[in-house]
Amino acid sequence: MAEKFDAIVVGAGPSGNTAAYTLANAGLKVLQIERGEYPGSKNVQGAILYADALEKVIPDFRDDAPLERHVIEQRIWVLDDNSFVGTHYRSDDYNKPPYNRYTIIRAQFDKWFSSKVREAGALLICETTVEELLMDGERCIGVRCDRKGGEVHADVVILADGVNSTLARKAGFHGELKAGNVALAVKEILFMPEEVIQQRFNINEEEGVVIEMMGTVTEGMVGTGFLYTNKDSLTIGVGCMLSDFKANPQKTTPYALLEKLKKHPSIAPLLEGGEMKEYCAHLIPEGGFHAVPKVYGEGWMIVGDSGGFVNAAHREGSNLAMTTGRLAAQTVIAAKAAGKPMSAKTLKAYKDSLDDSFVMKDLHKYRELPKVLHDSPHFFTTYPELVSRAAKTFFTVDGVDKKTKQREILGSFKSARRWRGLVNDAFNLWRAFR
Amino acid sequence: MIAVNVEEKLFQNRYKVDHGRPHIQIKDADVCKNECEAQSCTYVCPASCYKAEGNRAVTLITDGCLECGSCRVICTEHTNVAWEYPRGGHGILFKFG
Repeated sequence: MAEKFDAIVVGAGPSGNTAAYTLANAGLKVLQIERGEYPGSKNVQGAILYADALEKVIPDFRDDAPLERHVIEQRIWVLDDNSFVGTHYRSDDYNKPPYNRYTIIRAQFDKWFSSKVREAGALLICETTVEELLMDGERCIGVRCDRKGGEVHADVVILADGVNSTLARKAGFHGELKAGNVALAVKEILFMPEEVIQQRFNINEEEGVVIEMMGTVTEGMVGTGFLYTNKDSLTIGVGCMLSDFKANPQKTTPYALLEKLKKHPSIAPLLEGGEMKEYCAHLIPEGGFHAVPKVYGEGWMIVGDSGGFVNAAHREGSNLAMTTGRLAAQTVIAAKAAGKPMSAKTLKAYKDSLDDSFVMKDLHKYRELPKVLHDSPHFFTTYPELVSRAAKTFFTVDGVDKKTKQREILGSFKSARRWRGLVNDAFNLWRAFR
Repeated sequence: MIAVNVEEKLFQNRYKVDHGRPHIQIKDADVCKNECEAQSCTYVCPASCYKAEGNRAVTLITDGCLECGSCRVICTEHTNVAWEYPRGGHGILFKFG
């Protein structure tokens, strides 16, 4: 194929769409290749959309983007098998536009985003899998797709091909993912009438609630559950470190874990009557700062999940994806304007801008968190049980005096972790979050 | 433990199966059978594509695959999983994602 592009973007998720949109908007000749039947058909997310990262590329996205509900209440629940202890934060400030975050349904959202990319002038080809990068020595000069005559050339290739990062791995840019650096999440979408959701979650039309859960539901594995309210559906899911799934002596399957979560006495009533219409699974790169590979080279850059850009501590991913996509595109635009070649030396500006942005600053801030959590499984087993038992002791009126109850609670923490363990845990958490 | 029928879940999903061209293959069936003690793919795969047979063999049917990549990533000791994405347009087609 003789045709040559300024840039090829592989993948039409949040990072690929942001990159392609930004490039096309600047007048570059862009080819975007997506393996799904339509953009979104291969993509899985919780999903929460943080407005800020999208606003930076499409300021008026609220006018026509398919958004489910804006989130006005965040619940964090610590579960044991029969109960939860929770904190809820709800504020009417979150009801003042412009809203800060929304629940979305990715298949619809990605399709919408892609329509903007095409309006901006990028050429999109779907149902096409990129098999490998075309290399000229160290230099990436294009891609080979699974179509006849599927070789396409470009000055630069932006890899937005998702967490498995197949293309960069095949090209030897980085190695295989480590099971300790990715979470495996499964989820279902359950449909029910809008009014039922609003009654159950104490919200009005368009208002949404998200619940993040941790505790015995993950059977000691490092992981969390989540429940999000969409317009006329709920998303319920659970994710744990893949290494923990593998090493779990009970050999619990991800779908059994999900089923257990759905049957939890605090959750089942919220889901009651919902009609399950889809079951998804996805890996989430949660290795953080230390797991980010080299993200640029001769004629190539990596954006989004493919580069491990997820802030697991804050459940942020799509905003990092969009931001990395935008910064990669801006690097290309600036290089082109300056007449520079798309060499590693030029594209280093992408890494510099990442380091300067919240993306690498946040990942750096939490760089020790994955290790702390991995080394401290009791955060996911012992503490939830202790907290729940403490609450039960405290709130049960049974003739025992309060001072005795207080001693009992303190004693249960001490005997479970000892003073040294408690102090260590507190210190490790503080160090990981400071 | 709750008995869960994952087939019922997968039944809700939309697939375009690339018949006769599985995108994932076990490289050497003997390695699973004779050298792999854990066979963790048989319980980690969220679509239950991998089945432990009575004779310690592991069989793979990719029709219900959700394309997550877990099987490849956990097969670290033996790297016995040849893993590719399906041909363009094939495989899982999420309606909601």
